[in-house]
Amino acid sequence: MSTNVRFKSRLMKSEDGGEEKQYVGFATLPNQVHRKSVKKGFDFTLMVAGESGLGKSTLVNSLFLTDLYKDRKLLNAEERINQTVEIIKHTVDIEEKGVKLKLTIVDTPGFGDAVNNNECWKPITDYIDQQFEQYFRDESGLNRKNIQDNRVHCCLYFIPPFGHGLRPVDVEFMKALHEKVNVVPLIAKADCLMPVEVKKLKDRIREEIDKFGIKVYQFPDCDSDEDDEFKQQDKELKESTPFAVIGSNTVVEAKGQRVRGRLYPWGIVEVENQSHCDFVKLRNMLIRTHMHDLKDVTCDVHYENYRAQCIQQMTSKLTQENRMDSPIPILPLPTPDVETEKLIKMKDEELKRMQEMIQKMQQQMHEQD
Amino acid sequence: CSHSDCDQFSLHISNEDKRNLNLGGHVGFDSLPDQLVSKSVTQGFCFNILCVGETGIGKSTLMNTLFNTTFENEEASHYQNGVYLRPRTYDLQESNVHLKLTIVDTVGFGDQINKEESYKPIVDYIDTQFENYLQEELKIKRSLFNYHDTRIHICLYFIAPTGHSLKSLDLVTMKKLDSKVNIIPIIAKADTVSKSELHKFKIKIMSELVSNGVQIYQFPTDDEAVSEINSSMNAHLPFAVVGSTEEVKVGNKMVRARQYPWGIVQVENESHCDFVKLREMLIRVNMEDLREQTHARHYELYRRCKLEEMGFKDADPDSQPFSLQETYEAKRKEFLGELQHKEEEMRQMFVSKVKETEAELKEKERELHEKFEQLKRMHQEEKRKLEEKRRDLEEDMNAFNRRKMAAETLQAQSLQGSSQQPLKKDKDKKK
Repeated sequence: MSTNVRFKSRLMKSEDGGEEKQYVGFATLPNQVHRKSVKKGFDFTLMVAGESGLGKSTLVNSLFLTDLYKDRKLLNAEERINQTVEIIKHTVDIEEKGVKLKLTIVDTPGFGDAVNNNECWKPITDYIDQQFEQYFRDESGLNRKNIQDNRVHCCLYFIPPFGHGLRPVDVEFMKALHEKVNVVPLIAKADCLMPVEVKKLKDRIREEIDKFGIKVYQFPDCDSDEDDEFKQQDKELKESTPFAVIGSNTVVEAKGQRVRGRLYPWGIVEVENQSHCDFVKLRNMLIRTHMHDLKDVTCDVHYENYRAQCIQQMTSKLTQENRMDSPIPILPLPTPDVETEKLIKMKDEELKRMQEMIQKMQQQMHEQD
Repeated sequence: CSHSDCDQFSLHISNEDKRNLNLGGHVGFDSLPDQLVSKSVTQGFCFNILCVGETGIGKSTLMNTLFNTTFENEEASHYQNGVYLRPRTYDLQESNVHLKLTIVDTVGFGDQINKEESYKPIVDYIDTQFENYLQEELKIKRSLFNYHDTRIHICLYFIAPTGHSLKSLDLVTMKKLDSKVNIIPIIAKADTVSKSELHKFKIKIMSELVSNGVQIYQFPTDDEAVSEINSSMNAHLPFAVVGSTEEVKVGNKMVRARQYPWGIVQVENESHCDFVKLREMLIRVNMEDLREQTHARHYELYRRCKLEEMGFKDADPDSQPFSLQETYEAKRKEFLGELQHKEEEMRQMFVSKVKETEAELKEKERELHEKFEQLKRMHQEEKRKLEEKRRDLEEDMNAFNRRKMAAETLQAQSLQGSSQQPLKKDKDKKK
């Protein structure tokens, strides 16, 4: 009892203004985490999907202020009539203030470009599943020191701004992916929409997302003890989805400053001007505030769903066939050792013999009658 | 005149060349064009535009902007099962010129996941309008001057402003349409393409069209008055347009424009977009040429193919000119004959089927009768047997009774006698 009182008084002293810094010291944990993570480096896999010509590459370049797409070849219209969807990965290592990021961009050229786009999202869902499967195997393996996480953490889906809302291909794609990856829908090339049109389109898209039951990535609610300004920002962020974005590869001069933008005869669109488009909101959300949450949701929700499904399928297979060579040792089920297996086999055979005998006897009885 | 004189006369005329003569004064036939014009003004003009493009690309807005009015239109949904065409006819008037304008919209174009059949409804519609005109032309009693010509004079193909190239659907569709209608490709919503991108985009589109053999409408350069402007416009294809019906104040004027936070795009400013060029070419300069091309080239091609299909030729094997009427009648007879023949066949088949069924039914009836007879016979047979048995039984019973009576009387007699031996014998007898 007395020791507790002493402990309390020590704490109270430090709250008073810390004349004596007598604290335990676990308040430094965040710093330790920071240090370790800087040393380890981060990785992030971003997928971009949408029809060609919607500015995906330009946006990625604008987001990461780099040029990932030098010398890429665009197909002609006739080559695209029967085009199949490819998956192309670009990996870059970028560094900022000592923090290293291994960024992987997964491109999906050919999506939605052919005349017949039935199931054109299949290669994409297959790719995502493959990455999950790979991680699943690695995680269940014996040597887990150097697991490479290639799972897709976020998929930016580009919706054309020329229509009245979502088109059938948009709906089908998002529905095929919303339980495998964090889907973030964006309105592409938003510089063809006046402010009133932007709002109308956003409302329409949000309505249709609800109507069709598409589960897009939800920003986590901020804690109740955050300050009002933060809460206000958070609310604004949530209400302005889907983000209407504009990208640019070129720097232009506007009002005496050099900014990333697009030069038109009637004015200059500034990519980083919040009253022109939501690029800044997207960048903040994707990189500055929610990158880790995207990774967490991928690990905790999408990957876990995949894993649970996978295991269920495997166990149901096992119960159907008595014996199956599973490439992955399944820890919840204890692997039967050789002795018990023999016993089981013997017992099985005995059972079979007995059953046959019973059948014979039944037949004989029947014949006698 | 005598026979030889007539021959000379006809020969004389056919050999003579046209001569140019000078006029001694003002005759007045220089008013012929004016007469033609006043006639056509009284008649009124007719123009049909087909707008092909994905939902939301700006077809209705561009029409409103071009004709400076508001045609009623509801926003189309993206979830149509297929493409269908929606024609709407309006009566417009400017100065004293009447225009019967038909605007045909392609609803649902580009929305389906599988777009392989998307071009078909469009081709079918164009062909149907040609067919209707052809039918009218082939009638015995026809009224072409009164006929409301619904043939499509111009197809505006709206290309999405991706900045890269044509979409695969665009290429496939334009290839199917280029031999049936005048196509003018336009880049829609062009305020999203910057100047440098636009230049590259236009070049890429035109080269793709050329390399795939798509024939788009060329503004005519054979007429001196307009050849210069037309040939310079040909170089600006495809036109990059922006449409708007809203007005914004620029300087001290109200102009049709789109107001963005970063600037105002003026529809009629030639450095902003090619709207003015399109209007100039489509309406102010070449409308009549478009109608002519539709009739003289596209319609004639359709007509030729259709008639060839039906078996018409331009000249007999004997090089006598075919009479359209005769051939038509002959074809008609043939067709009717075929119809009759088919009808006969069907009737025969019907009759034979009926006979078959009748025969079947009769057979069944007969079988039933037989069975009935058989059963009847069996029944009688049984009855007879039963009768016999009954009689036998009765006889037996009678015999038994008689014996019984006999035995009883004997018994009575023997009781009256006294010896037992005869009883024994009787007992044995009885047994």
